[in-house]
Amino acid sequence: MNKDQIPSLSQMFRFQWEEAQNSYVILYPEGMVKLSGSAGEIMKQLDGEATVASIIQNLSDLFDGADVGDDVIAFLSEAESNGWIEFKQ
Amino acid sequence: MDGLSLNNSNSLDKNTLNPPLWLLAELTYSCPLQCPYCSNPVDIANYKNELSTEEWLEVLRDARKMGATQLGFSGGEPLVRKDLEVLIAESRKLGYYTNLITSGVGMDAKRIAAFKEAGLDHIQVSFQASDAELNNFLSGTDSFKHKLEMARQVKKQGYPMVLNFVLHRQNTDQIEDIIKLAIALEADYLELATTQYYGWANHNKEQLMPTREQIDKAEKVAHVYQEKMKNKMRIYYIVPDYFEDRPKPCMNGWGNVFLTITPDGTALPCHSARLIPNLELPNVKDHSIDWIWKDSPDFNKFRGFEWMKEPCRSCDEKEKDFGGCRCQALMLTGDAANTDPVCAKSPLHTKLVDDIKNIELNAQNNAKKGIEEKPLVFRNMRSSKSLINN
Ligand code: SF4
Ligand code: SF4
Repeated sequence: MNKDQIPSLSQMFRFQWEEAQNSYVILYPEGMVKLSGSAGEIMKQLDGEATVASIIQNLSDLFDGADVGDDVIAFLSEAESNGWIEFKQ
Repeated sequence: MDGLSLNNSNSLDKNTLNPPLWLLAELTYSCPLQCPYCSNPVDIANYKNELSTEEWLEVLRDARKMGATQLGFSGGEPLVRKDLEVLIAESRKLGYYTNLITSGVGMDAKRIAAFKEAGLDHIQVSFQASDAELNNFLSGTDSFKHKLEMARQVKKQGYPMVLNFVLHRQNTDQIEDIIKLAIALEADYLELATTQYYGWANHNKEQLMPTREQIDKAEKVAHVYQEKMKNKMRIYYIVPDYFEDRPKPCMNGWGNVFLTITPDGTALPCHSARLIPNLELPNVKDHSIDWIWKDSPDFNKFRGFEWMKEPCRSCDEKEKDFGGCRCQALMLTGDAANTDPVCAKSPLHTKLVDDIKNIELNAQNNAKKGIEEKPLVFRNMRSSKSLINN
């Protein structure tokens, strides 16, 4: 993955907020993964246009300039290996 | 209907009651197929009053309010219901992840598109075998070619697809061909589940139970392909627990995750729970889903750990397997509250092992002597009526 790439949710998965779980979840055939708070925030940034770099920037802004780069990259590569997301370019 | 597996990370919290995450809506017991391992009750001919569209919509809304997220439309054959499109559309609106569990018979490209339009998330197509001859024999219909076409359409129209094969003595040896077929059809998930002996399968147990040798071979093949297809197709191979020494965490615990609503509105903690004597079988026509899940005697009967007898009660593995399957405990020991005899700690485990050996020996002897096996009883209204009358 490089920072100019654009991640987006794979067609095979759904991402949504679940009130009863009080968290974001990834849904797929007959299954569900509950996301941690930060994982949910990262997934929320995937709009099919934002690059990895801009996602890192947005989240950093959101969390008072915190250095989130490594966490975002670690999560996105895990999400990719799970098949949840795909990269354009 | 076919087996469902919930692959989630939801664990049992002892203090709070989990919501019914998984709602299984068995829309109808009608089905054009006649699988001899069908898990529907053998007295399907007795169930005539199906819930109306309005009643189903209410079930969907109420369960969603409680936190149900995964929704399975199954049966029988859910495609028989003409209002399926309406139910799917409402489910999508409510925020469910909607699974259609079907034999493919009753579907065409147009209907698959209409489901997509309505918001259906996933289609699971079941096959009976990897070749037309056995598939059509087991399903009692000429359905193989149509199933192939439907599986291709499902992928073509962009759905994630699960292919489901119920394995038993007659088709376990085809496992490699089955996996190859799933690869060719570009399935995203392949579910290979050995028959469990509820409903019709229990009647046909002697002809369906695979031999130990078959299972060992099949397991090896499944593992090879699990490795080979990693990241391309997920293969769930569900080992028949008769051959193990610990039971499955059946339903992830009674009244913990699963809520089944049968065609007439009866709510069940698992789809074969009707076997268990002295249940009150609450119906959604008389009670709210909320009451049924939280307060009904049925859903509390085997919930948590308090109901357990020894050896489960003092066992340190009880949070892993919840003492196994209540229906299996009932069928094999006469008491649903007993330890599932699949467990080696059950005093009745050796008897179970012997019974299975006997079935196997019988099958071998019959084969040697060239004796015709008892014919399979196919799942249809005619056999249902004759089983009811006997
Ligand atoms: S007969 Fe076969 S296809 Fe029909 S409901 Fe039973 S298992 Fe499913
Ligand atoms: S004794 Fe009961 S709880 Fe313990 S492993 Fe066996 S079935 Fe599970």
